[in-house]
Amino acid sequence: MGLISNNPSVRSYIYMIIFLGPALFLILFFWILPVFSTIFLSFTNMGMRKPNWEWVYLKNYMFVGAHPFSQKVAINTLVYVGATLAFNVLIGLLLAILTFYMDDRTSLVYRALWLLPRASPPVVYGLLWLWVLDSSEYGLLNQLLAPIYGKPVPWLVNYAMPGIIVINGFIGASFSLIVFSSALKAIPPDYLMAARVDGASELRIVKDVILPLMKWPIMFVTAWQTLSLLASYEYILIVTDGGPFFETEVWSLFAYHQAFQHLELGFGAALAMILVIIALIAVLIQMKLFRFREMITPVKIEHT
Amino acid sequence: MGRSQEIYIRAPRFGNINRILGKAVLYGVVTAMTLPIIIMYLWLFMQSVSEKVLIGFIPSGFTADGWRFLWGPVKFGEVLLPPIWPITLNSLIIALGVTGIEVSIALMAGYALSRLRVPFRDSFLILIIILHAFPGITLLIAIFYLLNVMGLINTLLSVIIAKAALEIPMATWLIKGFFDAVPWDVEASALVDGCSRLQAWYKVILPLVKPGVAAVAIFAFLAGWNEFIYALTFIFDPNLYPLSIHIIGLIGEFRYVDYTLLAATALFYSIPPLVFFVITQKAFMKVPLVGMKGA
Repeated sequence: MGLISNNPSVRSYIYMIIFLGPALFLILFFWILPVFSTIFLSFTNMGMRKPNWEWVYLKNYMFVGAHPFSQKVAINTLVYVGATLAFNVLIGLLLAILTFYMDDRTSLVYRALWLLPRASPPVVYGLLWLWVLDSSEYGLLNQLLAPIYGKPVPWLVNYAMPGIIVINGFIGASFSLIVFSSALKAIPPDYLMAARVDGASELRIVKDVILPLMKWPIMFVTAWQTLSLLASYEYILIVTDGGPFFETEVWSLFAYHQAFQHLELGFGAALAMILVIIALIAVLIQMKLFRFREMITPVKIEHT
Repeated sequence: MGRSQEIYIRAPRFGNINRILGKAVLYGVVTAMTLPIIIMYLWLFMQSVSEKVLIGFIPSGFTADGWRFLWGPVKFGEVLLPPIWPITLNSLIIALGVTGIEVSIALMAGYALSRLRVPFRDSFLILIIILHAFPGITLLIAIFYLLNVMGLINTLLSVIIAKAALEIPMATWLIKGFFDAVPWDVEASALVDGCSRLQAWYKVILPLVKPGVAAVAIFAFLAGWNEFIYALTFIFDPNLYPLSIHIIGLIGEFRYVDYTLLAATALFYSIPPLVFFVITQKAFMKVPLVGMKGA
């Protein structure tokens, strides 16, 4: 104890620096600085094909508003993020609770199976779905449904958005599944025992004991997945590349197309900035709904 | 242990049929939900041992050809593919490096945000989660510049540090929830017993957040293992390429795709993360009961 200053308030600051310092350092250099450079970029007309650049201030942002596809892309993004988020959180929560009631070994097998999509190369995962949803009679779904439908269905043309939602859902669900499983394991067993001794049914236990204790992980997963989904486009790029006819073009893919196919860095950065503003609003609303501030518990042990 | 047995004895006698029925429904529902994954990866395995492209489920002729990369050099079209083991080692170094840095830094930061009187705690938490909304790719140029200044370009360390940094907000948020769930009494009694704050954190609190460590560790490992764009941008030396780049090479540059080879390599690619997952889950998913009393 004597190692660190004897003045309690100085010591508490030293602890803060020890514990938070490394994270702050990395976040500052690899997040905050690059983010500021993106903000800077969004006010310029930089492009990879142009040797010179100049300030264009809000012009890029005005272009976004005027772009013929902006509205379509915004609606797509809303549908995609909302539906995939629901799929991820609800399926993940259901699976976590169900596997919690299995013996450890079996539950681990199921969790590992759900991890498979996340652990395989994205391209191969995309190819697997392309094969399942193939429009010819050899596509797996068409083979399975042949006795009912008779003729093959072009799934990724007729149901492009639902397809994308399911494809991303099977990846995202494993995130919530793993977080929720860990949270369930961290619940002191005494709590569950006590409820059981009182004769509560398992459904009551889930509703009244387990779910209230999982508030932080559920909030975290919801907020984090919202942001991930807003920013992600990888699987959409592989499976439909935004098609057919902009049906599955979401905001981040739009930004990617602008920045890396049309090489308009400034315009791409402006699109990214708008995405961040949308994300900020979405997360703040969620924090209100989850009563985030009440969850920041007061510090009970002062200086030691 | 004694207590749990006692409860089973007290369960009502007619509960047996109900319990069996409940189990059947439980396994039935979970299996049905998992079915698409089982089918897809079973098919992928069949493809990896089949001589031709699979249409149904039955391989047309068995071959171990797809797996030949395990024991020797593979000629792919006109190109001789590099041996798989050094590439796998690169991927492992990146994945384990990210895991080590991310887990240790997040365990410290998460503790501070849960237990210390950090000014602007809630705003700070919101700030670091918002950063995640920036598509990683838009930060690429700036991070490249930074790594270049640090002299890290063209090393595995560049990918490790960049990736770990980008994952730390997530890990911190996640682990903070686990620290919050540890009763204050546990820490207070450790301090009364003469531990310093650092000792209490390390010896008493950390064992109680082990399930959280399991979750952070597998996500960190996967983040490093799957990283593709940063590796491609920051590394020029093909000897330092990870598996994620190798796989793209099997598809991208050539007219035809050897599906048998691709399927086998993809399965090979998924094995290390799964092994890491099983090991960490087994090691960390049990919380010691001692210290939880007085909760």
